[in-house]
Amino acid sequence: MIEWLNKPMILGISALWYVLMAFFVALPCSQIGVFLMLRRMSLVGDAISHSVLPGIVIAFVLIRDVNSPWIFVGATLAGILVTFLIEQIHQKTRMKEDAAIGIAFTALFAFGVLLVGLFAGRVHLDAECVVYGELTDITNYREVPVFGYSVPQPLFTAGVVVLFTLIVIKLSYRVLLVTSFDAQHATAIGYKPALVQHLLMGMLSLVVVNAFVSVGAILVIALLIIPAATAYLCTHRLVLMMFLSGLHALISSVVALYVYAHLNCSFAAAMVVTGLSLFVLAWLFGPADGIVVKAFHCRIKVLDNQAV
Amino acid sequence: MTFDLPMIGALSLNQQAYLATVIFAIAAGLLGSFVVVRRVALVGDTLSHAILPGVVLGFIICFYLAMERNSWVIFACAAAVGIVSIGVVNLIQNTTRIKPDTALGVVLAGFFGIGLAMVSGLREHYDARASIESFIFGRIATINEQDVIAMLVVTAIMSVVIFAVLRPLLVVSFDKGFALSMGYPVKLLDCMFYAMLTMTIVVSMQAMGVLMVSAMLITPAASAYLLTNELLKMIFLAVMFSVVSALAGCYLSINVDVGEYRNMPTGALITLAASLVFCVTYFFAPEHGVLVKFLKKLRHRRRVRRENTMKAIYKLLENEGFNSDTVSFDALCAVRRVDAVRVRKEIDQLVKKLFAITHEDGGKITLTSEGWKRATEMVRIHRLWELYLINQADYQADHVHDDAEKIEHVISPEVMAKLEKELNFPELDPHGKPIPYTVEPVL
Repeated sequence: MIEWLNKPMILGISALWYVLMAFFVALPCSQIGVFLMLRRMSLVGDAISHSVLPGIVIAFVLIRDVNSPWIFVGATLAGILVTFLIEQIHQKTRMKEDAAIGIAFTALFAFGVLLVGLFAGRVHLDAECVVYGELTDITNYREVPVFGYSVPQPLFTAGVVVLFTLIVIKLSYRVLLVTSFDAQHATAIGYKPALVQHLLMGMLSLVVVNAFVSVGAILVIALLIIPAATAYLCTHRLVLMMFLSGLHALISSVVALYVYAHLNCSFAAAMVVTGLSLFVLAWLFGPADGIVVKAFHCRIKVLDNQAV
Repeated sequence: MTFDLPMIGALSLNQQAYLATVIFAIAAGLLGSFVVVRRVALVGDTLSHAILPGVVLGFIICFYLAMERNSWVIFACAAAVGIVSIGVVNLIQNTTRIKPDTALGVVLAGFFGIGLAMVSGLREHYDARASIESFIFGRIATINEQDVIAMLVVTAIMSVVIFAVLRPLLVVSFDKGFALSMGYPVKLLDCMFYAMLTMTIVVSMQAMGVLMVSAMLITPAASAYLLTNELLKMIFLAVMFSVVSALAGCYLSINVDVGEYRNMPTGALITLAASLVFCVTYFFAPEHGVLVKFLKKLRHRRRVRRENTMKAIYKLLENEGFNSDTVSFDALCAVRRVDAVRVRKEIDQLVKKLFAITHEDGGKITLTSEGWKRATEMVRIHRLWELYLINQADYQADHVHDDAEKIEHVISPEVMAKLEKELNFPELDPHGKPIPYTVEPVL
């Protein structure tokens, strides 16, 4: 047992960096994901996570620096572009929202893949990275000093994104809450749901880019939706839901290290598998909506009725 | 597997690639139409991601049975996992309060994650040359006879099935409740639809890749949806669009060399071709196109402005007791609440449409008999409608003007005749002004 638990320790300090990086990537996703889920926009998250690809590639081809903040700018613009396209298709024609999402993101993603193909020689991004992510690559980056410790540069960037996201959510919590549950009421009391929507999409693009290099384009959706869905099965109070969602991100980051160390699989995939297992647990035993709990409640009701 | 079509083996690789994409395009266009009208566009996306664990499982089984890569084994495993994934989506929806989009997302991401964990964690358990990546990005060049035959068989069976149960399938897609009341086996039809969807995705994944499968199930059918209201026509158009996109993408990928002996990715090109087709229909579709709708709106707005100007001229003449047939430009500017430049433009339009003539360098305006007829009509509808609202709908007299202002531009002569009859040909409107029936100038 001890041996099993100690297995990741052969990675040394890298193990710490992996877990921290995974957590820093998953935490902001899990927080934004809660609002996406409540707004029934989970699949817009999927669309954005695919669509940032062309933004990233174009910014990269122009700037030639993976660590440049322009990568974030390019990706955020692409993210905003796809939400704009979805709205245009959905509102101006008779296409339903799901079809609009499918049309818009496949076009942008295809454009991104084409760009990767065209600039493959010059772009560090390759097909592998888009699919698997390269979380375990962070130890190959140069290190920067933070509070006297030297940490890998991507970890520092991700940390900044985490702080930024949490601060923005904290500041706009009330507005986000009201607009997510009742847009009409929000308008009535003077909030601007459209503006909040754009803020959320901008943040979403930011956290997606933050996660993109680490976990790849496709698994970002897992980090967005699975924690939120798991938390939703456990509670219906928003504060608690966000806390549990964050906890889900933490647990899956830590456990993923073990899965990674023992199976030697992609770290990102390990995170998703762990996250999915937690979801299944919540599905069965979640206090708010778990199957077992509901069955138990039914049983009590039946007994009550019999007693009467 | 002993049955194979010798013909396909004789084709060159490029020809096989063309054949495979065209077959896939036909299948995708056929199914896509139903996907779009059923509003399950993202189920295709989910399925194409979720079958990855099945694909890997297929590779592992092949490896342990010491076989060459056998497409049929892989297809069977992938299809099984695909069906399971749809089952899980339904189960999540039926047992929890999680919304459909989140359920789809969880299954898409979760299954794909499991698949990737298997791809990377079980490297020793399958043939490393198997290039499972091609299932994600598509690699049309590595397609083999078995794949083409599988696609051909699935597409042929599917086409036959779809056209055999076209009517029930159509009814179920549009209105489940109605289908139930008609006595159609709704559950069975749903299962058939999802089975066909799964099979199509499974057999075409390797050649086309996740992205293109998702795109081709949505985009060509969406383009067709903007062009027609009939399902049969829509299916035909969707198939046509997807075949054209497939051929274009394939051609570019094979013939355009971007240097270093690399070709552009086929799946991405085909997807972009389909997106381009959608872009064109989005703007130019005759009924649902954005540009067409915009032009229509513009024309309507212009007509409304024209009619308002003519009405203003009528009212000016009326105020003077119809003593002349000419109004001055300045007087008109004073009553139309827009700036002079705009009024000038409106009058130019009236002149162009032969509704009015101008004298003294545009300083004076006279309506032609056609213009007079229109103006009278407008005023008549406006006043009749005000009267109607007050008499028949119990409106307050000071609330009827704005409503009449809007309705006067859209009421047809038939409705106007009905109104007149209903109100028994009244002579005065609620504000005491005469309702004009004559079409000739009073002069």
